[in-house]
Amino acid sequence: MARSSGDDAQALFHSLRSAYAATPKNLKIIDLYVAFAVFTALIQVVYMALVGSFPFNSFLSGVLSCIGTAVLAVCLRIQVNKENKEFKDLPPERAFADFVLCNLVLHLVIMNFLG
Amino acid sequence: MNKLPNSMSGGIGLITLLGIFGKALLQSTKLERGLHSQPSQGGSGFFHLSQSSLSLDAFFGFSPIADLVVAAAVFVAAVAVGMANNRMTGLLMLALAALSICSAASIFRPVSDSHRSAALELFSPADGSFASLEEAYEALRTFEILGVEKKGDVSAATCPSVTSVLGSSSAPKELFYALKVNSILKCNVDDTSFEVVASRLKAVVSDASSLLDFYYSIGGLLLIKDQTSGVEVLLGDAEGTFQSIKALSQSDGRWRYSSSNPESSTYAAGLALEALAGVISLASPEINPSMIRTVKNDIVKLFDSIEKYDDGTFYFDEKVVDAREHRGPLSVTSSVIQGLTAFASVTSESITLPEDRILGLAKFFLGIGIPGDAKDLFNQISSLACLENNRVSIPLILSLPSTVLSLTKKDLLKVKVNTVLGSNSPPLKVKLLRAFSSVSKDAPVIESQELKYDPGSTFHSLVLPETIDVGSYIFVFELALQDSEDVNTYATGGQTQIPIYITGVMKIENAAVAVLDSDLGTVDTQKSLNLDQENDVSLSANHLQKLRLSFRLSTPRGHTYKPHQAFLKLKHETKVEHIFVLKISGKQFELVLDFLGLVEKFFYLSGRYDLQLTVGDAVMENSFLLPIGHVELDLPEAPEKAPHPPLQPADLSSRYGPKAEIAHVFRIPDKRPPKELSLSFLGLSLLPLLGFLVGLCRLGVNLKNFPSSVLPATFAMLFHGGIAAVLLLYVLFWLKVSLSLLASIRLILSFVLALL
Repeated sequence: MARSSGDDAQALFHSLRSAYAATPKNLKIIDLYVAFAVFTALIQVVYMALVGSFPFNSFLSGVLSCIGTAVLAVCLRIQVNKENKEFKDLPPERAFADFVLCNLVLHLVIMNFLG
Repeated sequence: MNKLPNSMSGGIGLITLLGIFGKALLQSTKLERGLHSQPSQGGSGFFHLSQSSLSLDAFFGFSPIADLVVAAAVFVAAVAVGMANNRMTGLLMLALAALSICSAASIFRPVSDSHRSAALELFSPADGSFASLEEAYEALRTFEILGVEKKGDVSAATCPSVTSVLGSSSAPKELFYALKVNSILKCNVDDTSFEVVASRLKAVVSDASSLLDFYYSIGGLLLIKDQTSGVEVLLGDAEGTFQSIKALSQSDGRWRYSSSNPESSTYAAGLALEALAGVISLASPEINPSMIRTVKNDIVKLFDSIEKYDDGTFYFDEKVVDAREHRGPLSVTSSVIQGLTAFASVTSESITLPEDRILGLAKFFLGIGIPGDAKDLFNQISSLACLENNRVSIPLILSLPSTVLSLTKKDLLKVKVNTVLGSNSPPLKVKLLRAFSSVSKDAPVIESQELKYDPGSTFHSLVLPETIDVGSYIFVFELALQDSEDVNTYATGGQTQIPIYITGVMKIENAAVAVLDSDLGTVDTQKSLNLDQENDVSLSANHLQKLRLSFRLSTPRGHTYKPHQAFLKLKHETKVEHIFVLKISGKQFELVLDFLGLVEKFFYLSGRYDLQLTVGDAVMENSFLLPIGHVELDLPEAPEKAPHPPLQPADLSSRYGPKAEIAHVFRIPDKRPPKELSLSFLGLSLLPLLGFLVGLCRLGVNLKNFPSSVLPATFAMLFHGGIAAVLLLYVLFWLKVSLSLLASIRLILSFVLALL
């Protein structure tokens, strides 16, 4: 049955890829942005692991900025997704504006905490 | 160390103190009055030893206080010496203390120039004139008695007030003092004013009921009688006046101030006697002598209430202390003396009082020295003037210019005999009955010597015989009047005891310090000392050896003398000190320090010990405190449980001087990663951004939707520009631009953004 599990994994992977290709472009852009943010956070964590946590506030602000913006992007994705029945009446421009504003507030806090 | 001498000396010192208190109590209950004629002994020997005689003589006027202070000083000193662990000296001092329980002899000096200068100082009026006529009288009378020239023109300042008082109708007291001042200044007062005053005073005499009224009016009339002859002052009803004054007398010799006042006072007795004397001299015809005799009985009864101090002084004091007007013994005694001498001068009969009473009263006034108060000085001087020429008995005072005589300087014993005001005595001989040592009380050293009189210097002098050596002695003098008639007129006071100190330069010989071997006693090193100067002997010893210091001390007459203090002090480099007392053995003073036994006492401190020798005594003129040299002492190591030397007082400059400067150690800065690593990671974190942009391109991001027409383009530009500006703001903030400025700009921008 090893062949079938390996085939099953590959088949699963292929089906996921094709399903993902069907998502609208704007959602893909948002997904890419989230991935970018998370990667940046990971790199910062690796750096901290290497050199120690001094100054800790800087590390926190860097990591939280990335994570925070990733979270906001996820919220945006939820709100913009047309298949989401809950946010049917919300215009995507409004969601985007919320995203931008929240990011600005987040980055104000981050800039203050950066030290 | 020996605790026994400590407690013993302290205990005996306490008993001494109690003994003196007990004696003071005894005296106050007057049980000693009968014992007064006993010769006094001891003379507070120890206290003399520690101070010069001159200061003591001034001190001795207050004998009971002197006794208590002496006892306290002795007690403290006894305890202190007990602490110093010196049994011999402690006992010697306590023996002297025991002697001080006996009454003290003291020396009285007649009035001298110091009284005159004090009078000038105390009686100088503030602005040329005196505050009242009473004070003016006191000042003028004191100057008159002492023979002091009045400063400035007192007459010009005071006479106008005298004439104004005599001219107006003032109280008898004012008139009295005005007349007193006039009798000294002799202002020009005419007879008419005297007549007016005299008639007024006579009227007061006839209606008077209080003693003070009688006193002032009769005194005033007597003064007028002395100052002018043209005025009639004699009393009409002299006997009636006499009776009314006599009616106020009490059975114990004192007087009441008035019939309504039940309290009697000794001061009033003095005033009454003076008033009665005035009545007798103003009486015409003469008063009945039997009435005068009753007053004499009163005087004798009054003298029964006399009080005395130890040193032979007598005085009067009030029994009941009047809260309103406290009169001390000085003014009370002064009043009694004035009354007594005034009364004695007007009667032809003699008043017999024990001779020692008058002499004791004179000594009381002389014993207070120079009073600091004007009134006290006046009381003292006027009473002494009354005693100088009184009809009862004139006291003669025996005084010595110096009670410390030096054998080395071959001083003569000099004695002066004067009346109380310092004038010459009648011809008499001074005999030294005996002189005995105040310490040992053996047979007298000198017996029955007569002093030679030198008319030029008016001193009686005596050369000290060869038998007398240095030390403290009591000399007993007796005066013998040469004219047999003078015996009734003068009071010589029998035997007078005076403490005398004979001092001299002691000879110190055979002084040597040696280090001996302990077992055999053989001398290891010996150095001789010259104790006339500092020596710098250098010795070394270890703990198995002994140190011996010896010398011989002899008086100018060649006898061995045991001084009061003979100490050797060893001082270590660390300032730890040890004091040892030298003991006399045979003819030598010797101290042997056995270091074997003293190792623990020295706290096992080895090193250099400085030696210092102290030899001193009150009668030794060349007492010394000399450094002798040093000894290098080698002591064994201290065991674990050895006592530590006592802490020496800290060096003041180290405690209060500036402290060492503090070097501040800053916090070590945290380790930072190397720069290259940080920069590489900076580059690394930018990689995802690039990845994002690449991904965007691969997705085929549509960037063409930027509006090209004007209005939407403007809005789009503003929108993007606003976001960019906010981000720029954040960057600027991070680059340390002021937050408030940033906040305001950001606020505006966010509003603009929201609108869009």
